[in-house]
Amino acid sequence: MQNQEEVKRLKNSVQHLLDEAKQQGASAAEAGLSQENGLSVSARLGEVETIEHHCGQGLGITVYFGQRKGSASTTDLSPESIKETVTAACSIARYTSEDVYAGLPEKELLATEFPDLDLNHPWSISADEAIILAVECEDAARNFHADISNSEGATVNTHQGIHVMGNSLGFLQGYISTRHSLSCSVLAQRGDSMQRDYWYSVARNPNNLEAASEIGRKAAERALRRLEGRSLSTRQCPVLYSAEIASGLLSSFISAISGGNLYRKASFLLDAIETQVFPDFVHIYEQPHLKGALGSSAYDSEGVATKTRDIVSEGILRSYVLGTYSARKLGLRSTGNAGGVRNLTIDSGDLDFQGMLKKLDTGLLVTELMGQGVNILTGDYSRGAAGFWVENGVIQYPVEEITIAGNLKDMLKNIVAVGNDIDYRGSTRTGSILVEQMSIAGE
Amino acid sequence: MKILNLARQAILAPAGIQDSDIEKIMNRLLSSSVDAADIYFQSSHSESWVMEGGIIKEGSHSIEQGAGVRAVSGEKTGFAYSDRIELPVLLEAANNVKAIVRQGQESQVGLVYAANAVQYYPVANPLKSLPEQQKIDLLRKVDSETRKLDARIEEVIVSLSGVHETILVANQDGSLAADIRPLVRMNVTVIVEENGRREQASMGGGGRSDYNYFIDQDQALNYGKEAVRQALVNLEAEDAPAGNMTVVLGAGWPGILLHEAIGHGLEGDFNRKGTSAFSGRVGERVASDLCTVVDDGTLPGRRGSLSIDDEGTPTENTVLIEKGILKGYMQDKLNARLMGVKSTGNGRRESYASLPMPRMTNTYMLPGTYNPEEIIRSVKKGLYAKNFAGGQVDITSGKFVFSASEAYLIENGQITRAVKGATLIGNGPDVLTKVSMVGTDLQLDSGVGSCGKEGQSVPVGVGQPTLKIDGITVGGTSV
Repeated sequence: MQNQEEVKRLKNSVQHLLDEAKQQGASAAEAGLSQENGLSVSARLGEVETIEHHCGQGLGITVYFGQRKGSASTTDLSPESIKETVTAACSIARYTSEDVYAGLPEKELLATEFPDLDLNHPWSISADEAIILAVECEDAARNFHADISNSEGATVNTHQGIHVMGNSLGFLQGYISTRHSLSCSVLAQRGDSMQRDYWYSVARNPNNLEAASEIGRKAAERALRRLEGRSLSTRQCPVLYSAEIASGLLSSFISAISGGNLYRKASFLLDAIETQVFPDFVHIYEQPHLKGALGSSAYDSEGVATKTRDIVSEGILRSYVLGTYSARKLGLRSTGNAGGVRNLTIDSGDLDFQGMLKKLDTGLLVTELMGQGVNILTGDYSRGAAGFWVENGVIQYPVEEITIAGNLKDMLKNIVAVGNDIDYRGSTRTGSILVEQMSIAGE
Repeated sequence: MKILNLARQAILAPAGIQDSDIEKIMNRLLSSSVDAADIYFQSSHSESWVMEGGIIKEGSHSIEQGAGVRAVSGEKTGFAYSDRIELPVLLEAANNVKAIVRQGQESQVGLVYAANAVQYYPVANPLKSLPEQQKIDLLRKVDSETRKLDARIEEVIVSLSGVHETILVANQDGSLAADIRPLVRMNVTVIVEENGRREQASMGGGGRSDYNYFIDQDQALNYGKEAVRQALVNLEAEDAPAGNMTVVLGAGWPGILLHEAIGHGLEGDFNRKGTSAFSGRVGERVASDLCTVVDDGTLPGRRGSLSIDDEGTPTENTVLIEKGILKGYMQDKLNARLMGVKSTGNGRRESYASLPMPRMTNTYMLPGTYNPEEIIRSVKKGLYAKNFAGGQVDITSGKFVFSASEAYLIENGQITRAVKGATLIGNGPDVLTKVSMVGTDLQLDSGVGSCGKEGQSVPVGVGQPTLKIDGITVGGTSV
């Protein structure tokens, strides 16, 4: 209840900001305010290593003088500073240009329904209890096998935030959300081969976190299985993206159909709407109102209502991903995606991970990608990779120091199957993804 | 004293905090038996301007200020921060963080003022170095001059940003040190189109200076020219080769090789914990004897330079590798104390809201004896990688990547065709052992680097002369 009082107080502050902007002559304004609290505790080699208390706040405002825009933000929430921040934004708007596309969202697109999305589950864990949990997690990893030689530790993290936003069209909303995580990272060593890997669990509700001992065990298994990896000879072969990295493929796709890249014509998917981008079994959609999910929200960062909607069906691109500004530049309407997509989901087939390995037959299972070698304008893709060589559906040996390369346009079209081994830890939900053929470079 | 007084005025005076209040907070921290403690105050004002589509599209101003309080005992660290610089809040933070250590002897400390460290940049406020209208005029000029360069240019995006940061750090020995850090950055991105094929390229730079940096010698216009040149080269680029081959890296920004391949692996925290592929290898050969690599925070006006680090330690020119032999690590106070060495002035933090750790400043390789053309001529078949985008490293396995953004084939000692960018992957502890030629042409990057570690981003610099690596994996598609 005390939290609801706090939301109310922050709403008043946002309203005050908007009023101040009007007072200083702005014709329209949008403001946001957030307050965050958290505790992060890590243990290493059985002892507490750090205890961090987080307590932050910040506000941001964007003002419009007709079609000219200015923005400012501050972490200092004193009344004088708030006034100065509004003044700074207004002063910037004197120098920016008239931009016919600039402005607040259309009023009829703003969210009017605010269901309880079940995002607030505080974790009343003391620093001492968090230490015990972190040590338990790390112990599970360290005791798993004699080759677990060292540790980067285990970390318990708990966080609560209040986010309030409003605009001069009368939108004024706020919500409280929590996010908790438990992670563990350990090293395995055999001879000269030393490898590190990690596992983590994250949830809105602490009761939904994976057990500490499970997280530790998985971290250990993952580090161990990488030992004594080798490179591959340069070749072409099918590539299976494991579920935990497959979301990266989907985010490259989303980036290519996002308004900013489309109106700049900096995408390999220009004018791809209503065309075949994926094979016809692929269905990709957004589920922003899922209860308790990490990506859920009733409205986007401009206050526009979010919707459950198809982005790809039967492999055909059905909708772009747009905020207000990019939508206007393209002559379209916002899709409620200012700030990104929410709980993006790709439908799975019938195969579990073992089934996907069989389907791969002989090729590369990729479990880690390195570097930023993705060019959204051309679709050219070249990244460092590590994983496992697979023959006849069976993992043979770990692989490292190779790259995988191709063009995203072909890679998306050549997806063969999506597994039902879904990773729920991010705001993208996907199983492992099998791509028919890519170029592998190695020794 | 001048900088200390300016810092007091910028951060403490508005909050009504006196030196005696800092003593109170410190003494609260020292009422437990800590090995180290510090209070870090920061005030940072920044702005950015973006011109796109021929108009001044966006401008923003941002103020970040607050204080972080830390107590360290052995390997244990307690930390709290607040955006509110108020005595009761900071005393409460001190109570929270000292809970990590057992109660012990009380001690009292009085502030002493650190002697002025050498300043490697001017006490400038970049935000006030030009009137607003002149910042706008600069953007417009770069935009219009760049658009004139070639008919194939479709879009030009120019951005300008500046930071005026003041820090003040009090340590458990009572020392109080301050720094005022200007930082400016400009960037030009162009998109070109020819026969339906589109490509883009970016070029930018900056440093610890004010906006006049971009006006002097038409620096800003040169970024536009260079971005256009690279974008046009990319229009001609064919598929990159795939496989292990000889690679010649260009001078300057390709020094990101050093940052990823060896820099991170030589940071003190990883080596204290024994998690780096370089752990325990001081005195061993990790590079060919042509390679001498330093991390140097003392270069005047560079993006990665600092007069003092975020723990108040003056920065140094630290030799990491000398003629191929590993000499030492980069240290902050905590890791230096635990390893029984001195801090090298590499203790850095993104802001008051995060803990300091060992980080690089400007990392570069000293020049060798070969003429760059001679290096290219020595290659029968290989890749000449002239420009790079980002990179990444796994410090435990030593595997690292960095991505070429401008590259050419070398055939029979001649640069022949442009090829598309590709990721290069190698193994940190042995890539430098394959360096067979080092050029005379040491260059530092233009001032664009940011390094991420454990979620914290800090500005850094890199540099190197042209150099030849006898074998590294190139991740193209052309087999």
